[in-house]
Amino acid sequence: MSSMERVITTLSHKEPDRVPLFLFVTMHGAKELGISIEEYFSNADNVVEGQLRMQKKYNNDCIYAFFYAALEIEAFGGTVNFLEDGPPNAGLPFIRNFDEIPNLQPPKVKDSKPLHKVLTAIQKLKEYVKEEVPIIGVVMSPFSIPIMQLGFDKYYDLMFFHEDLFDRLMKVNEEFCVDWANAQLEAGATAICYYDPVSSPTIIPRNKYLSTGFKTAKRTIARIKGPTATHFASGNSLQIIDDVSQTGTAIVSASTFEDIVLIKKACRDKLTVLGNLNGIEMRRWTSEIANQNVRNLIMNAAPGGGFILSDNHGEIPFQVPEEVLLTISEAVHIHGRYPIEL
Amino acid sequence: MNKKKIQDLKYSTVQFERALLAIDRTTAERIISEFKNDPDRMQIISELVTNALENIGNAWEEGKVALSQVYMSGIICEELIDKLFSSFGNKQINNPVIAIAVFEDFHVLGKRIIYSTLRAGGFNIIDLGNGLSAETLVKEVKEKSIKILLLSVLMLPSALRIKQLNKLLTGIDVKVIVGGAPFRFDDRLWIEVGADATGKDPSETLKIVTKLVGEIK
Repeated sequence: MSSMERVITTLSHKEPDRVPLFLFVTMHGAKELGISIEEYFSNADNVVEGQLRMQKKYNNDCIYAFFYAALEIEAFGGTVNFLEDGPPNAGLPFIRNFDEIPNLQPPKVKDSKPLHKVLTAIQKLKEYVKEEVPIIGVVMSPFSIPIMQLGFDKYYDLMFFHEDLFDRLMKVNEEFCVDWANAQLEAGATAICYYDPVSSPTIIPRNKYLSTGFKTAKRTIARIKGPTATHFASGNSLQIIDDVSQTGTAIVSASTFEDIVLIKKACRDKLTVLGNLNGIEMRRWTSEIANQNVRNLIMNAAPGGGFILSDNHGEIPFQVPEEVLLTISEAVHIHGRYPIEL
Repeated sequence: MNKKKIQDLKYSTVQFERALLAIDRTTAERIISEFKNDPDRMQIISELVTNALENIGNAWEEGKVALSQVYMSGIICEELIDKLFSSFGNKQINNPVIAIAVFEDFHVLGKRIIYSTLRAGGFNIIDLGNGLSAETLVKEVKEKSIKILLLSVLMLPSALRIKQLNKLLTGIDVKVIVGGAPFRFDDRLWIEVGADATGKDPSETLKIVTKLVGEIK
C-alpha cells in the first residue's frame, strides 16, 4: 500500500497493511539542511527539501506542510520571534485593546508573503509526492488563534465577559481561516489539520465549548473544501468526542494524559484517533523505551483501523534526537503490521 | 475551631467552590462575607479560600475542570482576599521575599494563575514580569534578596535553559520552584534543570511555598 492508501483505509475504519505513522517533524528539517530554524523557514525550497528528506528517512506516511503557528500572526501584521532551538513564537499580542476588534479585518491570503511561502512549498511538494503521500496543511482555528492575537488572559476576559466583541473576532477569524485552509487545499494539500487547543476540556469547560468553539468549528469546517483533522495540541478530548464528531471533522487528537483505549472506544466508527506519544518526554527516551511505548500504543489503539500513530502535540520538539525518531519509525514498521499481534 | 464551625466551613467551602467554578463573583463574595464578624475570621477565610483553590487545582490535574476555571477562581479569590483583608485592617503574611517571573518566553497565563493563588493564600509576591533572561533574574535575586523564586515557562527550550540559570545562582541562598507545561509532560525535567521543586498545579505550588516559607522562617 502507498501511504495515501494506508491512511484512507484507516480513515474508513478498516485495517490497512500497517498502522500509518504521522511523525510531525517541522524544525528537524533545519537540522537536515544544516541551517538555522529562521533560515530554514525563510524559503519554501528549504521546507520542500527538508520534508522530502524526512519523509524518506523516517518512512513517514505524511508530508507536514506546517511552518509555524505564528505565521498566521504575521499575516495579520503581527511579529514573530525566532529561536535557535524551538518553534518561532508570536511577538507581543498585536491587539492591544478590545476597542481595536470592531475595525479588525481578515488578512487576504493572496496578499500575504509569509502565507505564500507555505503555498509554494505545498505546490512543489505535490509535484514530488503526487497522490502517493498525503500532504497535511495546517490552520489555527478561529477560536484558538486569539491566544496569539490577544494573549491568553485577555482572551479569557473577552470570551467570558464581552460576547459581542468575541462574536466579531470569530467572524474575522473564520473568514481568514476558511480562505487560508482552502488556499492550501487548492495548492495541493490533501487535508487540513485544524488546531483548536482552546476547545479542549483542559482549557475550557464543555458547556462553554458548546456555546463557542463548537459552533465556530461547525461553521468553519463546513466551509473548508477538504477533509479535516481536529487537533487539541496536547489537550484532552475524551469529554467532547461526540461533540467533535458533529463538527464534520474526520480525525481527532488524543492527549498523552488520556486513556487511549477509552478514546478509541468513544471514537469507534465516527472519528479516527491521532496520537498520543509524549513528545516532551521523547527527548530522553532510550531505544528500549521508545520501542515499548510504540508497541503499547499500537496494541491498545490500532486494532480495527481508525488509528494514526503520532505524538500528542502535533509538533516534535527540536530537542528530540534523530535516533529516537528512527526507533519510533522502526517500531511502527515492526509492531504495526496488521493483524496486530496482541 | 469548634465542631459546628468546622462543619459550617466544610459546607461553605463546597458552596464557595461551586461559585468559583461558575465564575459567580457575587455568590463567592456573599459566602466569604458570612464570616467577616467571626473572631477567627482570618483563619476561617484563609482556610476556605485555600481549600477551595486546592480542590479546584486537584480537579484540573484530574481533568475534571478546565484551566479557565482555575484561572478565574484565582483571580476572584485574590480580589476578595484583598478587599476583605484590607477592610479588616490586616496585613498579609510577612513572608520571606518571594518573586515570580516568566522565564524567557512571554506566555503569562501560568504565572498569573500562580500569582493570584499565592496572593489569595495570603502571601506577598513580587511580580518580576515576563521574558526575563537568566542574567536579569540573577541580578533581581541579589538586589531584592529573593528567597523563593517561582519560574513559569511554556516552551521546552526555556525550561531547559533554567539549568543555566541555576548554575548562575549557585552559592546564592534562594529556592527555585519551576512550573509550566514542559514540567507537567515530563515529571523528571525539574530535577534535570536543577530546580528545588515543581508545582504541577496552583494548589501544589501553594503547598510547596507554604512549606518552604515555614522552613526559611
